[in-house]
Amino acid sequence: MLRIFEFLYKIRTFLLFVLLEFLAVWIIVSNNSPQGAAFFNSSNAWTGKALEKQAEVVQFFSLAEANASLNSENALIKQKLLGLQAQPDSLPLQVDSLLEAKYKFIGARVIANSLRLSQNYITLNKGEKDGVKPGMGVFNSQGVVGRIKSVSKNYAVAFSLLNTSLLLSAKIKTSDVFGSIQWDGTNSLEAQLLYVPRHVTVSKGDTILTSGFNAIFPEGILIGKISNVAVNQKDPNYLALTVQLSADFSRLTYVYLVENPAFQELDSLQNQSVLPND
Amino acid sequence: MTSRNIISYSFLILTLVVVQLLFLKNLAVFGQAFGFLYLLGLLVLPSTLRTIPLMILAFFLGLSIDLFFQTLGMHTAAATCFAFFKHIWLKISSPSGSYEESEEPTLSQIGLVRYVSFALPLLFLYSLVFFMADHWGTGSFIPVISKSFFSSVFTLFLTILVQLLFFKRKRGIS
Repeated sequence: MLRIFEFLYKIRTFLLFVLLEFLAVWIIVSNNSPQGAAFFNSSNAWTGKALEKQAEVVQFFSLAEANASLNSENALIKQKLLGLQAQPDSLPLQVDSLLEAKYKFIGARVIANSLRLSQNYITLNKGEKDGVKPGMGVFNSQGVVGRIKSVSKNYAVAFSLLNTSLLLSAKIKTSDVFGSIQWDGTNSLEAQLLYVPRHVTVSKGDTILTSGFNAIFPEGILIGKISNVAVNQKDPNYLALTVQLSADFSRLTYVYLVENPAFQELDSLQNQSVLPND
Repeated sequence: MTSRNIISYSFLILTLVVVQLLFLKNLAVFGQAFGFLYLLGLLVLPSTLRTIPLMILAFFLGLSIDLFFQTLGMHTAAATCFAFFKHIWLKISSPSGSYEESEEPTLSQIGLVRYVSFALPLLFLYSLVFFMADHWGTGSFIPVISKSFFSSVFTLFLTILVQLLFFKRKRGIS
């Protein structure tokens, strides 16, 4: 017995090494499951505050651009609003659930962002206090940016679209064929559109939009344009489509968060309709 | 280790972490080479500091970097691995066992050739563990190797630069 203890004491350095590595791997794994370890991430109050201060300094230099893009977007919205305003002589119409505003929007500022890793995250300066919930979609005036992963009181962390574990439902505008957008971790300007069958005719420059099937994003938000069409080498039933992303991830400053209040209802209904296999 | 030493090393590590967070966070030369400058703090610690305390220090140092970088656990795993192999490699890489207990493996103490042969493999190991954790599940192998290689070379360059500019000659750190 004593010998065993002596032996264990002799290799204590190695044992500690294994223990610490095990801990680190546990942290990695639990952090990558969307619900886990929300305490550790940068929506944590201290790190959030520090990141916010840093972002304030850096983003001061891109204020002019941010202003210009907000301004042009404002103009577009005003134009649309004018068309929606009811004329004084029109018939009063009872709004039913079909026409009810389906989506809620929240504006937020990006305080931390990365794009060089294969698991990239974005930290935002809005949290639970402002009504942000895990699972909300994130986009800006250029296109889709990501999806909220976890939320603390004042901050939120989102999966960037440049994260290999995020899948988004998308469709091709011209043909309405749908597939899934996923990043392959190599080029921060391009992502892959998966599960488009081979018989579909696709050409370079076709617009890719959100499909609205997963009920996270409203239908028709821009994702990007097809930049390359080829046959999938691994599975020849599908096309391998490369999509040039429309959002510029290297200079994200202001983003919108979108929530579908009916998401819970839709999701549970869709889960019910799946037949039990076992 | 004297208390004066402890204070100066803590100051060095703290400064390096701040530099890492403020300036090297989003820097990736050609999208490939990352600078992990804060490792200089672990590299130059004298060998009187045993592997166990060094490993615990590295673990928490990596964790604090991870908290800001949103790379939870990856720097932690890599830094712990780095600390575990530091003394082993220092012994092996020293010419014909001339390994002195009190030695600080800084550039001015051990010279450029020995410094490179000591630091580069350790930095490569660190980068390899880090990028493997990052690319886990994507199945890509070439990007991991190329990123690790260029990152370790770039980090080595940064550590040499910092030592030439800010370390006093023959006196450890200022």
